[in-house]
Amino acid sequence: MTDQKEMEESQHHIVSPVIYIIIGGSLLVLTGLTVGASYLELGIFNPIVAILIACIKAVLVVLFFMHVKYSSKLTKLTVFCGLFTFLALIGMTLSDYFSRAWGTW
Amino acid sequence: MSDSTAIGHGAHAAPVDPHAGGHAEHPPYLRHHFENVEQQADAAGFAMWLFLLTEVMFFGGLFTAYLIYRNWYYPAFVAGSHQLNIFWGTLNTAVLITSSFTMAMGVWCAETHKKKGLVLCLILTFILGLGFLGIKTIEYSEKIEKHHVPGFHYSLQSFLDPDSDAEAKAAGDKPMALDMARHTEVYFSLYFAMTGMHALHMIIGIAILGFMIFRAQAGAYTLGHVTFVENFGLYWHFVDIIWIFLFPLLYLISRHPN
Repeated sequence: MTDQKEMEESQHHIVSPVIYIIIGGSLLVLTGLTVGASYLELGIFNPIVAILIACIKAVLVVLFFMHVKYSSKLTKLTVFCGLFTFLALIGMTLSDYFSRAWGTW
Repeated sequence: MSDSTAIGHGAHAAPVDPHAGGHAEHPPYLRHHFENVEQQADAAGFAMWLFLLTEVMFFGGLFTAYLIYRNWYYPAFVAGSHQLNIFWGTLNTAVLITSSFTMAMGVWCAETHKKKGLVLCLILTFILGLGFLGIKTIEYSEKIEKHHVPGFHYSLQSFLDPDSDAEAKAAGDKPMALDMARHTEVYFSLYFAMTGMHALHMIIGIAILGFMIFRAQAGAYTLGHVTFVENFGLYWHFVDIIWIFLFPLLYLISRHPN
């Protein structure tokens, strides 16, 4: 019983609270940054900066809060496949909508 | 994903004793169709991620619709966005991120067998989740008062005559032509669909959290079987990620339309 318990814990990576505190703090700082950036006049870069910061925050959450950095290759592949499929679908849909009227005026 | 065998073990009674074959002792939460605890946890985690991918596709459809309509009816979406309150939005983002942090700490407490810590973290996550919904209620009631809920009573007042509206005036909105002003209803339809779907996920999550608080007090998750807490954590963080994208798209990117 004890052997099994030890075996289980050696294979199961436990992320330390220090990392959670650092990531949680970074997420709050990035939230402040993105709100601050929205008040600046950046033209076309306003949405780009906002989405970029959102992507950084999402990556931090996925890698550390959701433990993907410490997970099996299967989990990493699953997450990557999902992201890839999502981006392919949204990319094809948007390129269709934005280019359909080209050449008709 | 079920934790039903984690405590109160001892149900392996007559008529058939599954341990009669003489195989080795194993933890009570290890199901017989798994080789070992690690395989069981991997299978549950993999299944949880597959579920989350279907959720990504589900919310992805809403995000795509938002991007397409924003491209088509850009002035209407800018004016609609000016009706949202950045203060409440930012506060809600902070509340939700903090709840994700307390949930992550809860998973750590479960992994290190800290029962009191786990119960505390789950209660904090529960309260922060309710706080998020409370702030969302304040925001929704503002929309209801100004008749910005799509439907029969939808009002174009704020968009046809921006000077009569505090938010529109503060943002410097110009009066809009009627056909474009009507499309602000599309913005608010998507606003309520996306934040409402997100809020529904929060409500489901809070209900499960309530259940988990009682189970954690009974010691269900601190005896080595953390799969349920871990996979619920994945769900909660996923809901957090949805909001991380909703917040800039709905509140922030239309502040400087030119």
